[in-house]
Amino acid sequence: MPLLAIAALAAGTYAFRLAGPVFRHRMRIPDRLQRLLSVATAVLLTALVATAALTEGHGFAGWARPAGVLAGGVLAVRRAPFPVVVIAAAATTAVLRFSGIP
Amino acid sequence: MLLDMRSFWRTLDRGSLRDISLVCLADAIVGASFGAITVSGGLRPWVPITMSVLVFAGGAQFAAAGVVLAGGSPAAAVVAGLVLNARLLPYGFTVADTAGARWWTRLLGAQLITDETVAFTLRQHERQRRRATFWTCGLALFLCWNVAVVLGVLAGAVMRNTGAFGLDAAFPTVLLALVLPSLADRGTRHAALAGAVIAVAATPFLPAGLPVLLALAGLALAGRPTAAVPGPDPALEVR
Repeated sequence: MPLLAIAALAAGTYAFRLAGPVFRHRMRIPDRLQRLLSVATAVLLTALVATAALTEGHGFAGWARPAGVLAGGVLAVRRAPFPVVVIAAAATTAVLRFSGIP
Repeated sequence: MLLDMRSFWRTLDRGSLRDISLVCLADAIVGASFGAITVSGGLRPWVPITMSVLVFAGGAQFAAAGVVLAGGSPAAAVVAGLVLNARLLPYGFTVADTAGARWWTRLLGAQLITDETVAFTLRQHERQRRRATFWTCGLALFLCWNVAVVLGVLAGAVMRNTGAFGLDAAFPTVLLALVLPSLADRGTRHAALAGAVIAVAATPFLPAGLPVLLALAGLALAGRPTAAVPGPDPALEVR
């Protein structure tokens, strides 16, 4: 990843962060835009979850990884503490791979 | 220092400090896996470290690095990261008053705006406590996140095979825990599921990075809000 790409991502991210503290007296975010941004975040995150869990390159990632993510997801729905969720997911995947499931 | 740290500690109750520590621990695990995965995936050690200090947004960092590691273009990586981080824009307006009035505290405070900091800050209603929470949580997370990433980079350089430890499952799990609360809204859920199907279906055919952006077509299904848009939930949130 070139330094220029990191700098562009960092600069854009910082601009998003700084707008509020700088412009809060001069403008406000319209409710429609706020709603759109929040839904767009959810859509992008969900797509990332699906592709990162299921695919590797242009193909299927194997069963161990999605099984681990599923285990973590079930714990997250049940409101388990966050460290438990992450460790359970990694451990499930690791155990499945150790038993020969790719 | 920015303000008197001792009065900060007195202002914050024990429960808040415990919750903040738990989230710091969770983020440290995620940060360490970010460092380990990216380095063992083939990125140079300075890349995850520089990203973590300058971008300081785990979801976008994982997304951008993931696109590059999958063979995608740096431009697609930047776009994916920026779309994810657009949510920081409304966050900034929500917690604007906590960053202080001086220009340099605003410049510094802005970098500390994350899902977790905003979630914790919004739980406080009194102005002094909001500020104490914002700065304590923000600075603690910044420190934990970056130290953990460095440790992860060191571990990743030694481990080589992070797959055996299941670390590749950590990233999607973190994002899943992050997005779950907002899927309670029906319109959001439909849009998100449609987008996920589009992205997975497109993965065999499109260059890395593009399928996830194509998922935004799912926004057409978002419809009208069926419930108030939920704020970030500190119990489950990670950047």
